[in-house]
Amino acid sequence: MMRGLLSRENTQRLAFGLLTLAALATVLPIVLIVGYIVRQGGPALSWGFISGLPTDGMRAGGIWPAIVGTLYLTVGTALVAVPVGVAAAIYLAEYARDTALTRLTRLAIINLAGIPSVVYGLFGLGLFVLFLRLGTSIVAGSLTLAIMTLPVIISTTEVALRAVPQSFRLVSLSLGGTRWQTIWRIVLPQALPGVLTGVILGLERAAGETAPILFTAAAFFLPRLPNSIFEPTMALPYHLFVISTQVPGMPVQIQYGTALVLMVFVLSMNLIATLIRARARARRQW
Amino acid sequence: MQALDRPNRNWGEVVVEALVRATGYSAIVFVALILLFLLREGVPAFGEVPLAGLLATRWYPTESYFGLLPLIGGTLLVTLGATLLAVPLGLGTAIFIAEIAPRWAREVLKPLVEVLAGLPSVVLGFMGILVLAPALRVDLNLPTGLTALAGSLLLAIMAIPTLVSVAEDALDAVPRSYRDAALALGATRWQTIWRVTLPAARNGVLTAVMLGVGRAAGETMTVMMVTGNAARLPTGLGALLLPVRTLTATIAAEMGEVANGSTHYHVLFVIGLVLFVLSLIFNLAAGAIVFQQRRRAERLLS
Repeated sequence: MMRGLLSRENTQRLAFGLLTLAALATVLPIVLIVGYIVRQGGPALSWGFISGLPTDGMRAGGIWPAIVGTLYLTVGTALVAVPVGVAAAIYLAEYARDTALTRLTRLAIINLAGIPSVVYGLFGLGLFVLFLRLGTSIVAGSLTLAIMTLPVIISTTEVALRAVPQSFRLVSLSLGGTRWQTIWRIVLPQALPGVLTGVILGLERAAGETAPILFTAAAFFLPRLPNSIFEPTMALPYHLFVISTQVPGMPVQIQYGTALVLMVFVLSMNLIATLIRARARARRQW
Repeated sequence: MQALDRPNRNWGEVVVEALVRATGYSAIVFVALILLFLLREGVPAFGEVPLAGLLATRWYPTESYFGLLPLIGGTLLVTLGATLLAVPLGLGTAIFIAEIAPRWAREVLKPLVEVLAGLPSVVLGFMGILVLAPALRVDLNLPTGLTALAGSLLLAIMAIPTLVSVAEDALDAVPRSYRDAALALGATRWQTIWRVTLPAARNGVLTAVMLGVGRAAGETMTVMMVTGNAARLPTGLGALLLPVRTLTATIAAEMGEVANGSTHYHVLFVIGLVLFVLSLIFNLAAGAIVFQQRRRAERLLS
């Protein structure tokens, strides 16, 4: 057996070393970026920064309208995407047979997931803003974000529904439950943690996106809260984009503070999803 | 008999089930709608600009030069750079997590990669402007750090989470018995990974690469913020050190400033159409791989 430099033991050592390095190189930027923004943005955070209106051409004051705007857009997205996405997943998991149309639907879902976010922005501009005359508004932005979020919600919900053991359905049906009663009272509640995880991860993406709302909802500068859902709004990601590229003489501290608030907003959704998943895994009866 | 078949079935349920069935196909409707509206707003451009004008090398819309080649070149260059970085790192990480990491390392790594997946692209772009670009300018002695390279580096970071999670799923799906058999025959753990597990997960790994690359090519905000946005046709890998402009960034940067219905406006929708078709081809190819894999799985099980 060869015992040279390139013995199989040494090859393994080398390969494992490289793989470990790759994992470290992947994780290091995340830790650095998150840590750096927390350290730089932390001092900017104050009650006035969170709850105040921007003043002096956004160079001073707070970011409250952007926070509220992102909340509105996220809730609006959820109101549309959750019912449609969950219903579509129920159809695919519980009703659909393996027909050509079903296969086409699955391909469409894969494709929706792959369409670049800026193309959703163009689509929203064409359909909601111009054709349906909703204007640059919270509704138009929410609808655009909702369609972008759909594939995430549909695929995670379908996986969660399929994970519920067949015996649960059989017992319910054998006790005289209808198909819909079985889905609504047995399958969906059992799959709820998985569904919630998918929904939150989808909404997390919607909350952090900029390109789809660029031409459908975002206001460059609006020093007040929107009065109705038919008005444009500021939003955290777009605001960060604006103050880091479009406003000369922007204080760095406000930029980092805004980045930190956006990051906390989005990552806390991530954390909630992780907690739901962990709790569900611990309590699962099957 | 009918009543026994479906007890308690009332009209409410019939309506709900009909709705659920209708929504089931919503994804097809939305893909069709997206295509329809891109065509509606984009097709007039083909009447206003000759095809040769669109396939030219100069993008200067205010002077009515609508050549898309520099933008396509920019997207290709930035994506290629990102791929070269993201594929080895992402696959390496996936193999590390799935095959050799101790349990505690896995529990730390997986959530961290998910955090990365959730990080908004503007935040990365913002860090690119404030930290990465100045560092590149100083370290590589460039006139500006806002280059294709900066875009590639950040896009790699954005593509990695997709790559890692899909590839890891594919590796996880390889039956335990394959590995056991290889190890029992005297293979080292690395030989098992390299000659058994990876080839068995080949299709899933390929899907992971395609989805990751697709994610990078479609990214908008990060590239718009850090690549300098000069619409110049890149001619080689050396162009990585120069500013470029991608298809996505062009739409995002210019749509806000054009008049609805102008030629420029129509051409921006043509760019959207190009991106739509590219992502369709890419995803159909990735989808075909997945289907192939499922058929193979069914064959193995039967």
